[in-house]
Amino acid sequence: MTKFSLLALAALAAPAAAQVKLNGAGATFPNIIYQDWMLTYNQSHSDAQLNYQSIGSGGGIRQFSDGTVDFGATDAPMKDSAIAAINGNVLHIPTVLGGDVPTYNLPDVKATLKFTPDVLADIFLGKLTKWTDARITSANPGVKLPDADIVVVHRSDGSGTTFIWTDYLSKVSPEWEQKVGRGPSVNWPVGLGGKGNEGVTATVKQTPGAIGYVELGYAMANQLPAGSVRNKAGKFIAASLESITAAAAGAMKDMGPTTDFRVSITNPDGDAAYPVASFTWFLLHRQYDDAAKAAALVKFVWWAETQGQARAAPLGYAPLPKQLGPWIEVRLKSITAGGKSVWTTAAR
Amino acid sequence: MTTLVGVLSFVAVLALAVILGYLVVKGASSLDWNFFVKNPVPAGQAGGGVANAIVGTVIIVGVAALIGLPIGIGTGLYLAEYGSGRFGWIVRFVADVLNGTPSIVVGIFAWTWLVRPMGHFSALAGSVALAVLMVPMIARTTEEMVRLVPHSLREAALALGYPRWRTSLRIVARTALAGILTSCLVGIARIAGETAPLLFTALGNLNFSSSILQPMQTLSLQVFTYGTGPFDEWHRLAWAAALVLMGLVLLLSLTARWALRSRHGAAR
Amino acid sequence: MDDGSPVAPDRPALVGRNAVDRLYRAALTGLALSLPLLLVALLAELVASAWPAITRFGVRFLWTSVWDPVAGVFGAAPMIFGTLASSLLALLFAVPLALGVAIYLTEFSPKWLRQPVAFLVELLAAIPSVVYGLWGIFVLIPFLRGYVVPPLRGVLGWTPFLQGVFYGNSLLAGGVILAIMIVPYIAAVSREVLLAVPSSQREAALGMGATRWEAVWTAVVPYGRAGLIGAVILGLGRALGETMAVTMLIGNRHDIGLSVLQPAYTMAAAVANEFSEATTNLYLSALFEVGLILFVVTVVVNALARLMIWRVARGTAVGSRAL
Repeated sequence: MTKFSLLALAALAAPAAAQVKLNGAGATFPNIIYQDWMLTYNQSHSDAQLNYQSIGSGGGIRQFSDGTVDFGATDAPMKDSAIAAINGNVLHIPTVLGGDVPTYNLPDVKATLKFTPDVLADIFLGKLTKWTDARITSANPGVKLPDADIVVVHRSDGSGTTFIWTDYLSKVSPEWEQKVGRGPSVNWPVGLGGKGNEGVTATVKQTPGAIGYVELGYAMANQLPAGSVRNKAGKFIAASLESITAAAAGAMKDMGPTTDFRVSITNPDGDAAYPVASFTWFLLHRQYDDAAKAAALVKFVWWAETQGQARAAPLGYAPLPKQLGPWIEVRLKSITAGGKSVWTTAAR
Repeated sequence: MTTLVGVLSFVAVLALAVILGYLVVKGASSLDWNFFVKNPVPAGQAGGGVANAIVGTVIIVGVAALIGLPIGIGTGLYLAEYGSGRFGWIVRFVADVLNGTPSIVVGIFAWTWLVRPMGHFSALAGSVALAVLMVPMIARTTEEMVRLVPHSLREAALALGYPRWRTSLRIVARTALAGILTSCLVGIARIAGETAPLLFTALGNLNFSSSILQPMQTLSLQVFTYGTGPFDEWHRLAWAAALVLMGLVLLLSLTARWALRSRHGAAR
Repeated sequence: MDDGSPVAPDRPALVGRNAVDRLYRAALTGLALSLPLLLVALLAELVASAWPAITRFGVRFLWTSVWDPVAGVFGAAPMIFGTLASSLLALLFAVPLALGVAIYLTEFSPKWLRQPVAFLVELLAAIPSVVYGLWGIFVLIPFLRGYVVPPLRGVLGWTPFLQGVFYGNSLLAGGVILAIMIVPYIAAVSREVLLAVPSSQREAALGMGATRWEAVWTAVVPYGRAGLIGAVILGLGRALGETMAVTMLIGNRHDIGLSVLQPAYTMAAAVANEFSEATTNLYLSALFEVGLILFVVTVVVNALARLMIWRVARGTAVGSRAL
């Protein structure tokens, strides 16, 4: 006790160093890579200390808009009305690509399950309740499914992972679009709520017969099975870095250095494209008050967009298409503090 | 029937034993030197610790005590010394009612009053939330401790011509000092494990941070994040953090118990 | 409400000292004022922040059950139901246990056992909520799934209370963990209430030829009835507002159902889960209203409990002392 209180006192007494502290919060979807980036960056850059807390995309947008964090993070782009509410003072900067995968807890099923879009929609609508339903078995010939009830697990918090999932279901199922719709949090017809990708993964892991949707990286890190999903071209595609990048490739034609990066890439064209994929974004202000903060933040973001990209693949995230780099650079250069670009001091 | 109530008592004690037993079994095997001196490492990697959360807990709870204890003790002295009127009754009643306030409500209160106006999450906001939870508890226990001071002592002091304030501070409060310190320890033990009020105030921090104006990690937040997370490594750290947190709380509670006992013999 | 503190004699000779006395008193009064002010501030803040939702949904908020952030329609009925259901379930388990402990310790146990057992039971209150949650996830739920629910289903599976798939995270898990958490409060307060029953009550009954147990049941318990009910209500107040452990165990699903095996939601859990994530102002406001309802309910329940306990054990801060 004494030792710790002395340590604490010493810490309190120490003057704040010339280290810039940057706080961000938001999406849980990219939490693993953001934690990795920031802890790695902090180790090699003594002038900045970055902190990220995964509170959900909804929270990221809210806290960013309220100004309680220096940067936000989201997998669901802000709505036009939300951007207008903060006078347009926001930039969406894509960081990596990820995919939502259906993950399930069926200990005796060794093969990777295949899901058609209508089966996924009906499971999450609560219309399809048994693992032995003919529509599941016919898509999975030769797989012996248990005679068990399907337990749906979804997010209890506002989340971009949910946005991607419901955005996809809305595109493939008119009934879903009409009854539930898309959003960071929706009125779920059935199922159990878990907090964060972590909570959903944990609940699926601990509940036999469960199905949930989580970020590919979480499923990989936990050796959870990830089902393949039939894409627009009619092929069953498993989520992989390649199939996710293939989903993004189609969207490149709609983007450029001056366009908004808010693009949905669910249910894309392309034989090899995984259909439940998305960009995930940092939310940065166009204008900052504190030049030192802004410069340090831009410097970190640029590091993440360049050196950081190499760290994505091992953690289950697809790196951004190379074309995006120069366009993002243009965007970061436009960030100002006190009317001046902070790029020159930031990029070294 | 006697057997029945005996068995029920045994069941209640058994519940405690099972919970503490699991904590020790699951937590102790994960405690190592790294745990205390290292900061967290990226998710999925091994070898990290929670030094930032341990120091964070000490700072947040310490600042909460600095804010909450003077107000709580002062209120308790008021209740014991002047609290016989209508206002005293109201304060006493409000204290008892606030004592049961859901801690999550205090959390959103602190977010609205501190985090939003200040423009950032901070350990300080967390400390204020914890202080709010602490004051009613400290006030009522302090009052009880002061009331244990024999009237004869007070009367003797007044008869000797001591003014009321000196009697109160030098004679009464000093006599009750051990009791008051005990109640402070119990209050601190209570808030040390609180999580809900910190979710929207202290927020949590990946790094070691000692600035009370910045987000800060605590052991309780760490148990929540790691315990509800998917990684086995996180679960391991969650049990260890829970054990350390429990150890801290028990240490404070037992010290309080011991202090009270040695002072009053039978502490009811 | 006589606290027995003597009134300082106002002697003309001590006027100068009285000035300091008045200052001292004023300072303490100022500190004491902080508590009522805090109560008012809490209430005012919650009402102000919840106002958009209150005006938008009116009293409907209390009994409609749609919680749809996309459409901006909010009704808190499932959370109110879940809060009440989990708390009542907790009382069902906790009351017999806690009263048993209190009666055993005050009336029957060997003297040397009283202190240690009372202390150990009160220690349950010292365990942080989040630790209960952790234990619940990894120990309680697997235990319920493996050893409790299957036999329970075998006997009572036909009742509406045990329908549906048992996911683990459920009303039952939340109720059981809450029960363990409130036992120390109910036990400690009940014990103080029973101790406050004059021994003449006991002796009179024994003198009339009653057995020990009859004396307890016919004389002691009825005398302390108001206080014991107060103790139970106090436990209820604790259960209603408990956050972390319940959030981690109850399943967080906006739904109303009779089956205790199904997931549910509580008001405290909803605020914990969704507060920092609410994107629209209306959503945030709805969560503030949930917080307001929770606050008002717990204040009323606690006030009721205090008044009943004070009827038996006057003015004591029962329960505050539980370690």
